[in-house]
Amino acid sequence: MMNCIIVDDEATARAIVAKFCEDTSEIVIKEEFSNAIDAIKFLNKQTIDVVFLDVHMPGFTGFDFVETLKTPPKIVLITSDKDLALQAYEYDAIVDYLIKPLTKERFEKSIVKVKTAIENQKIINNASKVARAANLGELFINIDRRLIKLKFNDILLIQALGDYIKIKTEKEEYKVHNTLKKVKEKLPEDVFLQIHRSYIINFTKIIDIEDNSVLIDKSVVPISRSNKPKLMKHLNLLS
Amino acid sequence: MEQPNLNYIKELSGNDKAFELKFLDIVKGEFPVEKQEYISCSERKDFKGTAEIVHKLKHKFNILGLEKGYKLAVAYEEELKRGSNKLKDDFLRVLVTIENYILTV
Repeated sequence: MMNCIIVDDEATARAIVAKFCEDTSEIVIKEEFSNAIDAIKFLNKQTIDVVFLDVHMPGFTGFDFVETLKTPPKIVLITSDKDLALQAYEYDAIVDYLIKPLTKERFEKSIVKVKTAIENQKIINNASKVARAANLGELFINIDRRLIKLKFNDILLIQALGDYIKIKTEKEEYKVHNTLKKVKEKLPEDVFLQIHRSYIINFTKIIDIEDNSVLIDKSVVPISRSNKPKLMKHLNLLS
Repeated sequence: MEQPNLNYIKELSGNDKAFELKFLDIVKGEFPVEKQEYISCSERKDFKGTAEIVHKLKHKFNILGLEKGYKLAVAYEEELKRGSNKLKDDFLRVLVTIENYILTV
């Protein structure tokens, strides 16, 4: 369920948007504002998914509003002016542009656009988070009383071998006296995934997945049946 | 003279009578205030300010099914932005029509 605020100096216009929001089960109204300044104050304190925003407000246009916010939520502009569409799409935050008087069909299409934009944003955010974690983190392993630094991004996979684990990087393989369970606790879960009782893989290094195995570099790693759903959930899958 | 109607409001409400009444109450409360703002601004010959109020009022024309009135408002708004107000009387006639109509619903 998404949440929204409605910003319009005209009460009838707010009532129409509110009615359409109430008619769909996808969005809940957090607050309505008759002026932009109060809405900006509210947005500085609360996280909101979408703002239904009038362009023409006294002293403050919808575009001023978007520019004022450091991290604007998704914006649906509402106006009687057909000529502002091009200007509207110059702003990344603006996902749709509705002409008054609103119709239910068009409003529902807008909700679909907003949902898609929010989902895409989540995928992008998650991908950046994974990339950041993979690039920034590191693990020190003890080999012959020497602490060796391994960057997360260099680790391809980790295999359990009895009382040892084998850490495979792009250039080397290291055998360490430790357990898969312990090493798993040290690794970022957005990047490393246990796909089998004996294997943890670096999710970002997958080349392909076929049936019940994953190809990473030149290694074919088995996927256990119980871990497969977890792996599939992580994939940005074009269905 | 074109007359207002409730077609858009009925379509909006989807036969929700309570919503219709609530919505009409909002229109009845808001319209006279906007009309008065318009008259004051127009009398001051503040063309830019008047254009802004006309812009807002034209949405009400749409809501009340006044297609010709809406076209007039669009033309009047543009005229005001250019510093002229020849359509002033025609526009006022539409406002009076709405004012009379909302007293009957």
